[in-house]
Amino acid sequence: MSEAAVADTRRLNAKPQDLTDAYGPPSNFLEIDIFNPQTVGMGRARYTSYELRMRTNLPIFKLKESCVRRRYSDFEWLKNELERDSKIVVPPLPGKALKRQLPFRGDEGIFEESFIEERRQGLEQFINKIAGHPLAQNERCLHMFLQEETIDRNYVPGKLFLS
Amino acid sequence: MSEHWEIMTFDAESRRRVEHKTEEGKKEKYFLFYDGETVSGRVILTLKHPNKRLEHQGIKVEFIGQIELYYDRGNHHEFVSLVKDLARPGEFTQSQTFDFEFTHVEKPYESYTGQNVKLRYFLRATVSRRLNDVVKEMDIVVHTLSTYPELNSSIKMEVGIEDCLHIEFEYNKSKYHLKDVIVGKIYFLLVRIKIKHMEIDIIKRETTGTGPNVYHENDTIAKYEIMDGAPVRGESIPIRLFLAGYELTPTMRDINKKFSVRYYLNLVLIDEEERRYFKQQEVVLWRKGDIVRKSMSHQAAIASQRFEGTSSHTEAKTPSQTAENNSRQ
Repeated sequence: MSEAAVADTRRLNAKPQDLTDAYGPPSNFLEIDIFNPQTVGMGRARYTSYELRMRTNLPIFKLKESCVRRRYSDFEWLKNELERDSKIVVPPLPGKALKRQLPFRGDEGIFEESFIEERRQGLEQFINKIAGHPLAQNERCLHMFLQEETIDRNYVPGKLFLS
Repeated sequence: MSEHWEIMTFDAESRRRVEHKTEEGKKEKYFLFYDGETVSGRVILTLKHPNKRLEHQGIKVEFIGQIELYYDRGNHHEFVSLVKDLARPGEFTQSQTFDFEFTHVEKPYESYTGQNVKLRYFLRATVSRRLNDVVKEMDIVVHTLSTYPELNSSIKMEVGIEDCLHIEFEYNKSKYHLKDVIVGKIYFLLVRIKIKHMEIDIIKRETTGTGPNVYHENDTIAKYEIMDGAPVRGESIPIRLFLAGYELTPTMRDINKKFSVRYYLNLVLIDEEERRYFKQQEVVLWRKGDIVRKSMSHQAAIASQRFEGTSSHTEAKTPSQTAENNSRQ
């Protein structure tokens, strides 16, 4: 190799990009919105559920659009499943707010509007973080949580491998 | 003390000095030597009170190259050890100098001061005395030079996470000199994650110890962002990283079976949730000898003469070349 006084810093040759790739929709589209909180039930059985809408073009998800209703304890279930079965560090959920569930409060406790909004935001952050993780996407529990109407707590945990 | 001892090398006026970091992290200048060079100089004794007698049990000077592991300071591993006796036991009544020469000294390794190990070369003058010896040391720095490697293939690889992220990365060489430029590119084949930015890091790994007691110390020397934003399939991101701006040493492999210093390029992609995806690749660094540069004015004079074609400047031609030129006219 001949000695050069000044190094050659010209760019390496690159394949020109296909314009449909450059301007088309990206292959990483994944959006999950949590909205429309609704409090149902009476007394002890009272709880708030949230609508969870998912839109994606990732091939690993069976449905490109899905809409389900979930409550806080469903999120807790998902977190536990992932912590047990996958190697990922699961992000934190918004707080359990046990203090808010004590009696003799001046406000609505866990059904207070501002608290519900705070919780909604935290859950939205949580699920978007998880759903985009390549390892979490392999877990059956995540797919069931996002795209099936009800969560079957007696399901068989496991990985999901596309054939 | 009533006297003052000093070591100095000859050619101190002309010899280049280079910066080298001390163990504490301070930058100091030392004389630069290469393998095979002679190390010569003198030990100088200056008596503060002339005519006062100074007894001694002998004077010697040593040239030493040694490796020091910080966790095992008691054991110095000397790989070069030369000694010259300068004076037999006696006494001094006046200031004196003692010349020495270590001819064509082998200096097989480059001076290195690291996190857990140090390799140094130094002259040590010892004046033996009944109670305590006087010891004076003078450190020098040694650089090991290489020439352009005959074989220097590029590094090109396809890596990724199944169905998630596939990239092809390419670096133009596998061996770079310390003032070189890394020219490369990253080509995206599949992007199903939301990438926020991409950077290339230079990592230095210092390995000390052997067998079950191997210890790796990783240090990120540089972080250089090469892409900000979300790439899509078919995108090519160029890399141009100038090494001269960073504190690098040549790659040192298994020096005297005591330590190694190796360098890695770490390509890091970070997604919107701060998840990191990376691929590490070793590169070999080597030290190129400096070209002796003529002064700018001398070069300019040559250039202008060639352009004007003055007859006063004639390039040396072989007889066949001259004949060819004459026949063309």
